Amino acid sequence: MNTVNDRSRDIGPFVPQPDDDMLICRCEEVTKGEIRQAVHDGMWTITEIRRYLRTGMGLCQGQTCSKLVKGIVARELGVSPTELEPATSRVPMRPIEMRIFANEAADEKEGE
Amino acid sequence: MTRYDLIIVGAGPSGLSAAIEAAKKGLSVIVFDENEKPGGQLFKQIHKFFGSKEHRAKVRGFVIGRQLLDEADEAGVKVVLNATVIGLYQDKEVVVKIGEEVRHYKGNAVVIATGAAENMVTFPGWTLPGVIGAGAAQTMMNLHGVLPGKKVLMLGSGNVGLVVSFQLEQCGCEVVALVDAAPRVGGYGVHAAKVARTGVPFYLSHTIVKAEGEEYVTGVTIAEVDGSFKFIPGTEKHFDVDTICLAVGLSPMSQLLKMAGCKMEDNPKRGGQVPICDEHGRTSIPGILVAGDVSGIEEASSAMIEGRMAGLVAAEYLGYMEKEELDTALVSLDSALDGLRQGMFAPKNRGKLVEKTEEGIDISKSLLKNGYVSDDEIERYPGVTHKKGVHPVIECTQNIPCNPCQDACKKGCISIGDNITSLPIVVDGSECINCGMCVANCSGQAIFLVDEDCGDGTATVTLPYEFLPLPEVGTKGKGLGRDGKVVCDAEVVEVKSLKAFDKTNLLTMRVPKEYAMKARFFKAV
Repeated sequence: MNTVNDRSRDIGPFVPQPDDDMLICRCEEVTKGEIRQAVHDGMWTITEIRRYLRTGMGLCQGQTCSKLVKGIVARELGVSPTELEPATSRVPMRPIEMRIFANEAADEKEGE
Repeated sequence: MTRYDLIIVGAGPSGLSAAIEAAKKGLSVIVFDENEKPGGQLFKQIHKFFGSKEHRAKVRGFVIGRQLLDEADEAGVKVVLNATVIGLYQDKEVVVKIGEEVRHYKGNAVVIATGAAENMVTFPGWTLPGVIGAGAAQTMMNLHGVLPGKKVLMLGSGNVGLVVSFQLEQCGCEVVALVDAAPRVGGYGVHAAKVARTGVPFYLSHTIVKAEGEEYVTGVTIAEVDGSFKFIPGTEKHFDVDTICLAVGLSPMSQLLKMAGCKMEDNPKRGGQVPICDEHGRTSIPGILVAGDVSGIEEASSAMIEGRMAGLVAAEYLGYMEKEELDTALVSLDSALDGLRQGMFAPKNRGKLVEKTEEGIDISKSLLKNGYVSDDEIERYPGVTHKKGVHPVIECTQNIPCNPCQDACKKGCISIGDNITSLPIVVDGSECINCGMCVANCSGQAIFLVDEDCGDGTATVTLPYEFLPLPEVGTKGKGLGRDGKVVCDAEVVEVKSLKAFDKTNLLTMRVPKEYAMKARFFKAV
């Protein structure tokens, strides 16, 4: 088991910081303080943070904030960012309108 | 579902190069790119590339882009634009959004060449309009002809920060400062020097405290940082700017590979999440290959070679070429790639402080700290010599893989030798005919033609000049030193703009002879 998954570890209390109100995920408007607090609420992996706060789930799909969020979570846990698994990559890779997502091209038109 | 021998995701330098090689071997190849124009970042690169002939050195990036597109077209590659790959499934099924529809394709092999995305840094005010990535600035300027701002502060002294700063100035923006938290300039010294001599001040060991403004950026405060990147109180400096440009590194866009199930690793040396792959782009899944920045951040020249490798590997994988033929081809591509990965900026030297050149000469400390070689340091380099009459002065002071200058001089005045990273030397006893080809062909704009004593108390300095308006002969102005500060009066005595110079104009200014080795830029007043 790596350090990240050892949930019995004591990471200390949440200590407020002056820049806690800084936006990190601008698409979903999540602040640094919210991310740090989430770690203290028990969200120790990027996947958990993402489900809990929706970081990286907006228009840019985490292109801007993934690295920033990873850094903040790692610092809070006292581990290196490289130890944190990135969130799962899923289809669709880019934002897409549902009407297009559901609109499969007919077979005969393909490859044109 | 349509099947192709090879599906390539990304029509940048590596993707197109892979497509060309594979198509030439007879594979049916389709390339998808989400952008409306192909070429990836190439069409934003208006500077001349480094390297040697085989790396297309001294050719401007956008011209290389055009060459690649022509070659791809000729080879029968199908490039589909505005085509966003939204998924890579089992058995190499590629799902693409094209127009208002979703289409499915199957590749017998797939090359992922999706490139990289820009990193961001946070500071109070970083979400204000006016804080932009360097890539955004390039897109606005070089693709759309839109000025990103009037007064700009650049954060980041890597090659991207340096090159984009120069381009901003070419567009008529004022770059008020070039800032980096690191204690040393990260990019090529020649890129730094051409920015510094136009008068842009460098602030190393500094970073942004905050962006100012209510609705949009109106100013910025920077401050010095100590060894652990903490602000040193009392060192704050304020600038009125409307734009803050961030050039703080790139991260591979490798999500498709992770989705496909390729083994991944987090490797800070390669820029972040990257697939585990061999030196020719084979990932852990047979038939899924990678090329370019997606497998580790480098630059366009190496991306093109990696692309060619991946294209050939795909051809062999699918039986379009013999193993021996592939091995022979890879040997020469390996050596071309190895040539680019030499010198003090080689991936293996990343983060290391190189204090001496390969020749054993001290690296300029001023260059690393201020962006320019100081007057007392410049004489120690082998390209800087003195003689009667016009002669080249080569202010190339770091070992970088680049050698167009030695081919540029038909008189054999300049030599680098077989080792592409060696500092150029001025050949003893050679005769300069003042043709200017060396000045125009130096991708780093580091060569000057100097006549140190014209006999009347003056000297002439010919420099590369890529700004508009082009000063006319007779224009009076000031000679600027390497640090961008006014050193003397200067008058333009000749302006040459030959086709062979490829849009680098050669401006010759007359200066008092004591400034022959000091004045390196001209500013009209």
